[in-house]
Amino acid sequence: MERPLRLVTANPLDQLARTLEALLVVASAPLPVEELTAAADDERERIELALGLLAERYHEGRSGIVLEAVAGGWAFRASREASEACGRLFERPVQRGLSQAALETLAIVAYLGPCTRPEIARIRGVAADSAVAGLVERGLITESGRDDGTGGAVRYRTTPMFERVFGLESLSQLPRLDDLPGDVDDLRERLHAVAEQRSA
Amino acid sequence: MIVRELELDLDAFEGPFDLLLTLVLKEEVDLADVDVAGIVVRFVERLAEREKLDLDACGEFLVLVAALLELKARGLFEDEAAELADLEPEEAAEELARRLAEYRRMKEAAGWLAERLAAEGDRFFRLGPAPLAPALERRLAPQDPEALANVVRLLAAEPPAVSLAHMALRFPPVAQFLERFRALLSRRSRFDFDTEIDGLSRAEQAIAFLALLELRRANQISISQAAPFAPIRVSRVEQESAAVNERTHAWNVRSA
Repeated sequence: MERPLRLVTANPLDQLARTLEALLVVASAPLPVEELTAAADDERERIELALGLLAERYHEGRSGIVLEAVAGGWAFRASREASEACGRLFERPVQRGLSQAALETLAIVAYLGPCTRPEIARIRGVAADSAVAGLVERGLITESGRDDGTGGAVRYRTTPMFERVFGLESLSQLPRLDDLPGDVDDLRERLHAVAEQRSA
Repeated sequence: MIVRELELDLDAFEGPFDLLLTLVLKEEVDLADVDVAGIVVRFVERLAEREKLDLDACGEFLVLVAALLELKARGLFEDEAAELADLEPEEAAEELARRLAEYRRMKEAAGWLAERLAAEGDRFFRLGPAPLAPALERRLAPQDPEALANVVRLLAAEPPAVSLAHMALRFPPVAQFLERFRALLSRRSRFDFDTEIDGLSRAEQAIAFLALLELRRANQISISQAAPFAPIRVSRVEQESAAVNERTHAWNVRSA
């Protein structure tokens, strides 16, 4: 049976949007669309439309609460303009004071993970134990199985917290390694330049 | 200061640093013979001669010496199962360059993360442990109360009374069997142990066996058994050999 088109004042998704709003405000970590779909007991397509509606409403410059797609899900956060006030009241232990060693270790785990401490040490040239322990404590990386074979080393991967802290929707948002400088040829040249000059 | 022109005077090599590198890469000089520490000392001496620290030279020198050391270490441990062990020196240098490049890329990635962190530093969000999901309702398989009753009935049964019979056991003295066996042997030259003890209780059989051992110790009998668990045959030791055995026994007693 076809229903005649009629003008509606309220968006038919409004009620669903209110439900999602409620779920998101209770959550302490980003909620994937699948979880929202299951909890709201509705169709995925409609959930996505409603999320779009909410994202428009909770937008930077329009609201003190901002809805963002991050770490594989959706989450509320404070607007950037309120960050100073937030900073006076709230500490951020996860991202505060990350050392260069920690950042390098984090980069290796993010790009090459899951990887083991020996692998990290091989690339960095120094033991990675304390850097890895620090990152685990901050919740930026976590154990993810073991290397094959008996006594295999523990492997580490980044957590959703890592993506959230760095504002990434997923790890695929990391820049491609090829786009970063650090040319093999350059180093190879430097290693051989001296010898080549002499033999020429 | 130019690192490649560093003049070296080592046991294995005399000349500028870059020539040494060339010869090593061409495998004309065995790196195992090269005193890398000597190169370092020479470099530090040259550095000390200058008032200003030449960081560029230091960096270049570090890279080159590190490469040399890695090549040397690999050469010294040839049977190492590492994937690098089979590499030619030039391939090893290539591998080293690749590793350095890998590290450099990771350093760049770390730099990118640091920038990102600074840019995203004004994002505040709620942090906390994930709220507990409601516990799933556990569905039990349909149960039969009768089966439970049967099991409980087993538990409710009176346990068997503990036997105290062993506490009342009386053991006959070994001497009783000694006399019996001696009497037997005075009539017959041999007897079958199993036949003799047939019908006795387990404890009595054990005592009888002790008596047998006692007689054997005193060299009054000899014991034989054709096979394990075969009947034990007991025979009297002949008088003459008994005398010899007696002496042996006395000697044994003395030396014991």
